[in-house]
Amino acid sequence: MQVQFTVNGRRVEVGTEARRTLADCLRHDLALTGTHVGCEHGVCGACTVIVDGAAVRSCLMLAVQAAGCTVVTVEGLSPPAGLSPLQAAFRQHHALQCGFCTPGMLTTAHALLTDEPHASEARIREVLSGNLCRCTGYIPIVQAVIAARDACQRTAGHEPSPGQGPVHG
Amino acid sequence: MDDSHRKVADGAQIGQAIERVEDFRMLRGEGSYLDDLNRPDMLHACVVRSTVAHGLIKHIDSSQALALPGVHAVFTAIDIGLPVPRIPMRLDVLESLRRFEQPVIAEDRVRYVGEPLALVIADSPALAEDGADRVLVEITPLPVVTQPVVTNPGTDSAGLPAPSLLFEGTDSNNPLTLSAIKGDAGSVFASAPYLRRERLAVQRHAAMPMESRGLLAVWSGTADETRLTVLGACKVPHANRRVLAAQMGIAVDSIDMEESDVGGGFGARGEFYPEDFLIPFAARALGRPVKWVEDRREHLLATNHARDAWCDLEVACTREGQILALRGQAHTNLGAYIRTNGVTPSRNIAQVGVGPYRIEHVQIDVSVHLSNKTPSGTYRGPGRFETDFFRERLFDIVADDLGLDRVEFRRRNLVRSTDMPWALPVVMPWGGGSECDSGNYASTLDRALLEFDWTAKSAINGRAIEGRWHGIAIGCYIEGGASGPREGARLVLQSDGRIAVYTGSSSIGQGLETVFTQIAADAMGVPAQAIAGIHHGSTRFVKEGFGAYSSRSTVMGGSAIVGTANELKQKIRAAAAGLLHCPPDEVTLLGTRAENRSGQSVSLAQIALLGPLEAEGSFSSNLRTYSYGAHACHVAVDPGTGGVEVIDYVAVEDVGRIINPLTLHGQATGAIVQGLGGAFMEHLIHDEEGQLLTASLADYLLPTATDFPSIRVFALEEYPSPNNPLGAKGAGEGGIIPVGGVIANAVAAALKPLGVQITELPLSPSRLWDIIAAAARE
Repeated sequence: MQVQFTVNGRRVEVGTEARRTLADCLRHDLALTGTHVGCEHGVCGACTVIVDGAAVRSCLMLAVQAAGCTVVTVEGLSPPAGLSPLQAAFRQHHALQCGFCTPGMLTTAHALLTDEPHASEARIREVLSGNLCRCTGYIPIVQAVIAARDACQRTAGHEPSPGQGPVHG
Repeated sequence: MDDSHRKVADGAQIGQAIERVEDFRMLRGEGSYLDDLNRPDMLHACVVRSTVAHGLIKHIDSSQALALPGVHAVFTAIDIGLPVPRIPMRLDVLESLRRFEQPVIAEDRVRYVGEPLALVIADSPALAEDGADRVLVEITPLPVVTQPVVTNPGTDSAGLPAPSLLFEGTDSNNPLTLSAIKGDAGSVFASAPYLRRERLAVQRHAAMPMESRGLLAVWSGTADETRLTVLGACKVPHANRRVLAAQMGIAVDSIDMEESDVGGGFGARGEFYPEDFLIPFAARALGRPVKWVEDRREHLLATNHARDAWCDLEVACTREGQILALRGQAHTNLGAYIRTNGVTPSRNIAQVGVGPYRIEHVQIDVSVHLSNKTPSGTYRGPGRFETDFFRERLFDIVADDLGLDRVEFRRRNLVRSTDMPWALPVVMPWGGGSECDSGNYASTLDRALLEFDWTAKSAINGRAIEGRWHGIAIGCYIEGGASGPREGARLVLQSDGRIAVYTGSSSIGQGLETVFTQIAADAMGVPAQAIAGIHHGSTRFVKEGFGAYSSRSTVMGGSAIVGTANELKQKIRAAAAGLLHCPPDEVTLLGTRAENRSGQSVSLAQIALLGPLEAEGSFSSNLRTYSYGAHACHVAVDPGTGGVEVIDYVAVEDVGRIINPLTLHGQATGAIVQGLGGAFMEHLIHDEEGQLLTASLADYLLPTATDFPSIRVFALEEYPSPNNPLGAKGAGEGGIIPVGGVIANAVAAALKPLGVQITELPLSPSRLWDIIAAAARE
């Protein structure tokens, strides 16, 4: 089936099987391998991408369901070079070890801070509890998201943008 | 502080909280994990696995699968050729256990749910799965054994009816009993003033890295001279290459194992599993690259399980609390086969039962049992997590029984700095011992008490506040690291004047590239920017490599870099001498320049123009390092739900030498949370038919961000290891080792007024609720 949607600011048209998940489509049809697949049953959150502004498990969504949607992956949160404020906060707080869950953590946190720029520590922790990490024990991830939230709030005058905004292709 | 063992002085890098070099690619989504790799013309594999825990294979019919468009082949044991290769033990090898090694695919009998029966190769992963669904398998069931049967108070399962025996021609499912021995425990127990024995148990759980296993096998070259490249190798690529070469009947050096980014290991990932043969075999048979990626359900069924042990542990001491002897009879359930790790966890249960305590007389016997469950292996702190739970729980029971303060009970029995090196028990049948290398164990205990504020928190121990029972506990541990025998390194002065580092160590997500950059920079005396990359985990890089296990990379791989850097510096001096017109011993290396006594200097880049300079060497040591420490925690138990909140958790460790505080604290915090998962929630539950009931991450519960937010880690470097030039001690596992014991003791302390006794993990809400309810009925 042919399906059209926008990924990281770029219009794409993909010929894909009806049964193909959005995660597999992004990874294997569009070579966006930053999105990881850890469980294929919606528990681990490594495959989280942002669809029309909402953090979504791309392993639980079919590629054809993305027709007409705007999808942002971890690649779309990254500036052309270097790191976004959120990514830099992850590095500073040692919020990743093996890096496998990291893209899902970043997309989840980005969606949260975009919707709720003043999210409390408890709220951040609650939202991140939908994503599994086996390396860090989560504490540095929560610290990193808090630091990114605060860094955005210090940028006076405009709407907080935890990543690079607008997302680039 | 004792600096005499730090042969590499603090430079600009070692000891600094350097942000990781790995992070850029991982944060930008540019990491390269196994399933991110593809090759032209690549096919995909799916493994058909047994749905029966124990049975005889009557028939496998592949015809319907082969009829499916897109399916290229189905391989069974017959296609591979009987007898199929076995997967050999790598650690603690015993010839008597060889017959229990796993075949790369089931031949005529299956012994666990998840055992490979056939391999389907197709154009896509989805088509391979479609094909696997169409492979028809008939199995005649045999009686299923899920738990060790201990027929006499001794040790064995002799007397089982033959159909319940996993291997024909054996008389029990208990192929080995090993023993850790020091002194003469029997005599001491015969005359000791006080004895106490408890049966304590730790459930089966597993490492569960976030990236499951995967492989991509590519054959190239001509018929006369073929090469095999295996992508997805990790942990022990050099050892696995030797295994695969023998199984394939090809030369070892015709195989390249290549490590990509690895999404966590924790002991399980990177061991040699059946697929490590099957995928290269299929790729050779079909003449095309073949990729296989394990899904999560497969991972839960097929990748090594861990723990699953119980122990009748007994202590003899004076009524004043001086421990005289320790003895125990433990049983471990290893599952269906003896895999690559041999019986290492069982061995550790025996040897480290004494922990950091000065116990002169020890005998701990461990009976190793086979069963119709997934085979098990090493998971971070193998055997050590279990045995520390057994010991520390028993110690609190004893202190309580004798009316002694449990902190003082521990303190008076700790090994003292003047006892070093302190010999651990010898484990038979291997023989050979190990010695704690250095340290002051009371120092970390005191620091933990201080940071935890033990005295203040003691006031609420065993009290109910607003409906929840509060308890505190503390425990001590040692962590054996840096297992031998060697590790290799090669340092190359590149034409741009920077130094590339090649290592036999592997990166499984622990920050190896950063830590080795720091070590290499200081060893060469150059800034970090002058290190042109850490190349790890591939067999092409060094002549001999060992890998990442047993908390060995920083010590063994790091020390190899130190020694090899010295060789390279000699070569650089010799080369510079020609340019500077002086003897080599008059050349001084100052950062990225070489200078003679008259102040003339040349840069490393200029020296490199003379021709390539490199040095290759290794660090050899069979003397292990022993990090040590103490953990304390404060819990609150809700008797209405059985739920436990970990209000505060403090860890203090002395690791000899801190290379990077960021990564070190990361190791400790992550390991503690894994340990808390094991203490509270993670449980691989099988039914009586050997079916895994927790075969998804919705059923096998891992800690999440809301579960354990209050953890504080303090790292010390007061006692460097005398056994390596860095003074470092392995520090990847200490975080997990004491957690089960500390948590169980805190929960037991909280619930003591309710008459509750804790002897078993995990302390899930339902189990705790049951225990509390049962105590109330009595």
